[in-house]
Amino acid sequence: MFWMKLKRIIRTGFFNFWRDGTVSLASVLVMMVTLMVVGLISFSGAILDITLLELRNKIDINVTFVTSAKEEDILNVRHALESLTEVSLVTYVSRDEALTAFKERHSSDQSILSALDELGENPLGAVLNIKARDPSQYASVAEFLEGGNALSSDGITIVDRINYFENKAAIDKLTHIIASADRMGFALTIFLAIISVLIAFNTIRLTIYIARDEISVMRLVGASTTYIQGPFVVVGIIYGITAGFLTLLLLLPLTYWLGSTTESFFIGFNIFSYYLRHFLEIALIIVASGVFIGAISSLLAIRKYLKV
Amino acid sequence: MIELKVMIVFDRVSKVYPDSSVALEEVTFSIEPKEFISIVGPSGAGKTTLLKLFLGEEKPTRGVIYYESVNVHALDKKEINEFRRRVGMVFQDFRLLPNKTVYENIAFTMEAAGRTDEEIESDVPHVLELVDLTPKIWNFPRELSGGEKQRVAIARALVNEPEVIIADEPTGNLDPVNTYDVVQILKKINNLGTTVILTTHNKGIIDSLNGRVVAIEQGRVVRDDKAGKYFK
Ligand SMILES: Nc1ncnc2c1ncn2[C@@H]1O[C@H](COP(=O)(O)OP(=O)(O)OP(=O)(O)O)[C@@H](O)[C@H]1O
Ligand SMILES: [Mg+2]
Repeated sequence: MFWMKLKRIIRTGFFNFWRDGTVSLASVLVMMVTLMVVGLISFSGAILDITLLELRNKIDINVTFVTSAKEEDILNVRHALESLTEVSLVTYVSRDEALTAFKERHSSDQSILSALDELGENPLGAVLNIKARDPSQYASVAEFLEGGNALSSDGITIVDRINYFENKAAIDKLTHIIASADRMGFALTIFLAIISVLIAFNTIRLTIYIARDEISVMRLVGASTTYIQGPFVVVGIIYGITAGFLTLLLLLPLTYWLGSTTESFFIGFNIFSYYLRHFLEIALIIVASGVFIGAISSLLAIRKYLKV
Repeated sequence: MIELKVMIVFDRVSKVYPDSSVALEEVTFSIEPKEFISIVGPSGAGKTTLLKLFLGEEKPTRGVIYYESVNVHALDKKEINEFRRRVGMVFQDFRLLPNKTVYENIAFTMEAAGRTDEEIESDVPHVLELVDLTPKIWNFPRELSGGEKQRVAIARALVNEPEVIIADEPTGNLDPVNTYDVVQILKKINNLGTTVILTTHNKGIIDSLNGRVVAIEQGRVVRDDKAGKYFK
């Protein structure tokens, strides 16, 4: 009995989808717009994540040591820093390496190079470059260094300067921007999602409104709620699946076309290769959203006409 | 008190539509099993309203309708579905399902009643033969004439072998030959033990039936003749 009913409901759903050709086409197109938004939301999420990661990686602080600092003491400081949970990476740049880098940077500026030569000795101190796990944690790293954790064996501080205090304003601002971009992106995503779901819902509601007389007749010949509702839900699911697959197809040329643009705009992010790499995941999100929106819209929209 | 012999009772039923037009006032009469009852009255008298109240499409403003001693309007959703499957209704405006073929329209009613595919495949052509519509079995309602639609509606009402057939103006769109045929079908079904409630304007039908006639005017029962004629 259950299987007979299910079979009839599914068959009727397919029949109705096919017979209401124009209505089905219109609904699928509207649903495609919705699913396109869902797809773009998952892309923009990835773009935002990657941009933020990129920005975060750009933030660091440099600790410059006095020229007289012993390498052993510096390595002790490095070790202490590495044991902090806030710190993700510490790179040591020795005095010689700092000098080579400096010369390279100013290779075209003859006056600086000759001034260096005149000096005779290396004026640059060794540097520890520190990357924190999160921009907000640089303050505590800087405090850690200030708080007497970077002393030589004789108890004199070996830190020349910490550029955190010079960059503090910029770092704070960036931290702030990152946090609000995260929030804004989230709010925008929710907003777009709600709007597009409402559009799809209203379209399906319209298709059911067209069939309201039929629904009341079905009621009057004694058809049960599930038996009337079922085919409409099946049609909603077919809308979702069809629109889902068409959207996935359409995203191929679209992301391909956008690929080089995104690559130059967001460093190293090619939307097309991202799409191909995450295809299964995105396909699942889009098709499942379509099925869910289609089925729930039908269920909700038809309830009103089942009262007879 | 309700007698056991009675099948359907309208007990002081009134209906006032939301726009405060009074369609029925204190209508009281009862119908016995296997009876063939005609309800007559001028246009707007309240005949269709009476049938809508019986099928639960509209609720009475006052009064109670009993079917086999059960108040129809006290049934829950599931019970009312079962009740409607025991009643075959021919609507004045046909109310066929526009996106289904003649075959599917009739099959739908059988599916709704939980009949098997085998029963549907054998009964649908059979009932269409009875109303002489076999050639139109795969047509959609929009491709049929008014009279043909009416016959589909009749076939749909018959196919589940209901206990009661309600026919609201089933001959309104038919020529005299077809009208005669429809009346013969209803008579035959009545002879096989089905209760028939028929509304009509057609004097000829009433006279030829020579059965019970309930006349309604402006929402009131003005006459109830056991073997009535249609008087204006
Ligand atoms: N849904 C409605 N809302 C308001 N008034 C209605 C509604 N349906 C019917 N009426 C009114 O109720 C009265 C009875 O209508 P009904 O359809 O029952 O008449 P009828 O006897 O079937 O007429 P006919 O022979 O023309 O079919 C009419 O005055 C009509 O205008
Ligand atoms: Mg009427």
